[in-house]
Amino acid sequence: MIKPKQVPMREQDPKERIHNFDEVPYGYTPEEAMEEASRCLQCKNPPCIKACPVGIDIPGFIRKIREGDFRGAIATIKESNLLPAICGRVCPQETQCQGACVLGRKYEPVAIGRLERFAADWELEHGVELPEVGEPTGFKVAVVGSGPAGLACAADLRRMGHQVTIFEALHEPGGVLMYGIPEFRLPKRIVKAEVENLKRLGVEIVLDVVIGKTMTIDDLFEAGYDAVFVGTGAGLPRFLGIPGEGLVGVYSANEFLTRVNLMRAYRFPEYDTPIKVGKRVAVIGGGNVAMDAARTALRLGAERVLVLYRRTEKEMPARLEEIQHAKEEGVEFEFLSAPLRFLGKDGHLTGIECIRMRLGEPDESGRRRPIPIEGSNFTIPTDTAIIAVGNRPHPLVPRTTSGLRVSPRGTIVADEEGRTSREGVFAGGDIVTGAATVISAMGAGRRAAKAIDRYLREKYGGKAPEV
Amino acid sequence: MYKILSKTILGPNVKAYRIEAPLIAQAAKPGQFVIIRLHERGERIPLTIADWDPQAGTITLVVQEVGKTTKEMGERYGVGDCILNVVGPLGTPSEIRRYGTVICVAGGVGIAPIYPIARALKEAGNRVIGIAGARAKELFFWLDRLKEVTDELFVTTDDGSFGRKGVVTDPLRELLAEREVDHVWAIGPAVMMKFCSLVCQQNEVPITVSLNPIMVDGSGMCGACRVEVGGETKFACVDGPEFDGTKVNWDLLLARLSAFREEEKRSLERYLGRTKEGER
Repeated sequence: MIKPKQVPMREQDPKERIHNFDEVPYGYTPEEAMEEASRCLQCKNPPCIKACPVGIDIPGFIRKIREGDFRGAIATIKESNLLPAICGRVCPQETQCQGACVLGRKYEPVAIGRLERFAADWELEHGVELPEVGEPTGFKVAVVGSGPAGLACAADLRRMGHQVTIFEALHEPGGVLMYGIPEFRLPKRIVKAEVENLKRLGVEIVLDVVIGKTMTIDDLFEAGYDAVFVGTGAGLPRFLGIPGEGLVGVYSANEFLTRVNLMRAYRFPEYDTPIKVGKRVAVIGGGNVAMDAARTALRLGAERVLVLYRRTEKEMPARLEEIQHAKEEGVEFEFLSAPLRFLGKDGHLTGIECIRMRLGEPDESGRRRPIPIEGSNFTIPTDTAIIAVGNRPHPLVPRTTSGLRVSPRGTIVADEEGRTSREGVFAGGDIVTGAATVISAMGAGRRAAKAIDRYLREKYGGKAPEV
Repeated sequence: MYKILSKTILGPNVKAYRIEAPLIAQAAKPGQFVIIRLHERGERIPLTIADWDPQAGTITLVVQEVGKTTKEMGERYGVGDCILNVVGPLGTPSEIRRYGTVICVAGGVGIAPIYPIARALKEAGNRVIGIAGARAKELFFWLDRLKEVTDELFVTTDDGSFGRKGVVTDPLRELLAEREVDHVWAIGPAVMMKFCSLVCQQNEVPITVSLNPIMVDGSGMCGACRVEVGGETKFACVDGPEFDGTKVNWDLLLARLSAFREEEKRSLERYLGRTKEGER
């Protein structure tokens, strides 16, 4: 007899959690995980695997959880996913694995994300068994950027026996996992643990180096690297290009979240970086970043947080769980509305003039296009506005690397395996696809690692070049 | 970790630090800056690279103590101590070429960042005229260095304690009226750069200024440093820090510079209070 509902995951009470930055869901206990695992039908042709961007053997690891073999479960996951504690928390499961779950046609799908998280957390708690590192090949590979793509690529290359150095521009490794995703959704200790494991494998991490400024890709080859992987992500904030965007009180989500997450501004003045939210906050956008910014603003003491989205709830690109969490916490939503201009006094933001939208025909993204309704202008008074309408690819490496083909959108042109137009330079993640998910970036990093390995062996016949 | 090799007092609340940073020293060009973070709880602040030595692998930063971080650096970071993070060189380098006659205007500590620019302009074959201004005599430093890289040097003080009594725009206005000047560079407080830009605009001489807005990452990621230039939003960290001074929206820059004034005050007072109690 199949249980129609998922085993619920215990969470911090919304009334409590809006006053702290601790993680919201507590995770499954072993008993809860085994019970949820027993809901899996163990399909012969599992559609969940096909719906996973990296093809995790989902029924396989769930079976092991059901049997109480947690070590076996995490080993199965790690065959395909190197960062399960992170992906279990941030993957959009409802549009990937869980969206394809056969059980979901009639009942609630198996809580695959929660089970993945359970197995990964169990391993972090009980000690991580490091994978074996292959015989030293003598090759040196530079990885630019320490976000999901770079971390995954570095881990695989190291396991293949290559010497790997990651170059990171910021003062902490992890990329968007550190500066972008808030503590209450992805505790930084988890990112740090993954980075620590990488170091234990022998990956070198160099901080404070901006490739394209401190050194160029050409410098890296000159310094003796045999191949380079570029995983610099989509870190450039998009603004709206409307009047008043420079007013004090208007933040990009990147600035707002970087101040809080990377710089720990929520602990100002104990930490030196300040942040200011005021009483009323408006967040513009409907994705995960918008939800992160809205929920962060609440935790910083804002009395009212309003999300402005130009389509309806149905079209919101944010994960279901993030929208639910935001609502539980008291975030308000104003759908079908778009900002026209920021209003200010003496250089400081006082409000936003908006216009109502209606939905027209579907656009190239398949979502119905929002159309402004003439004369429907209205004003929202606000102290702070956070613009969370997406990010563009980081231009520093494309601009400073000769022979690298770049698309009109600013992404680096690369094939399925990460090969760029320049020999020895590979790329993957958001810098190639434009802003996407952690797991797809990780998958791209891993495919590129394979391609880099093959490139080095084919070029030099399996032996490192004479130094 | 970036070791402080020497520390020199240049004036009241102004110090020069020579710091070990080989990669930055090799890549640095005039007009560029670094972002530093003193310690685990520190903020990231931008500082212009005032000088560098690729052979020795060092950079020189001139720091005016105005807030918590710069005060803390001045009081607690000495020779042999390490700064936790120094990243750079950031920003687009100055456009150094042969313009003809160039005036380099420095206000206050602006003398530090203008020095390598004047030097490079001189090396590129320009006739370089320097104007340095400060409130009073004791606030000047590096005048000897500036003298070495300029053909002429004019000095002003607000109180007349040194050089000519007045502000930098006085000699600037006269020079622009009397001579053929092809380009002006001005670095200093925003208000000074604003008025230099105004004078240049009236005389139809192009002017380059170096903006110093609030920054966080310094590599184009956060947009905190956005400025309005010619009606367009630009990021000072990657598109600048140097811009055409006649096109900068100065009032917006000044407003944005004061965005965290209360917090900055609170942070400084807390630091000074703790220093008094002898805590660390």
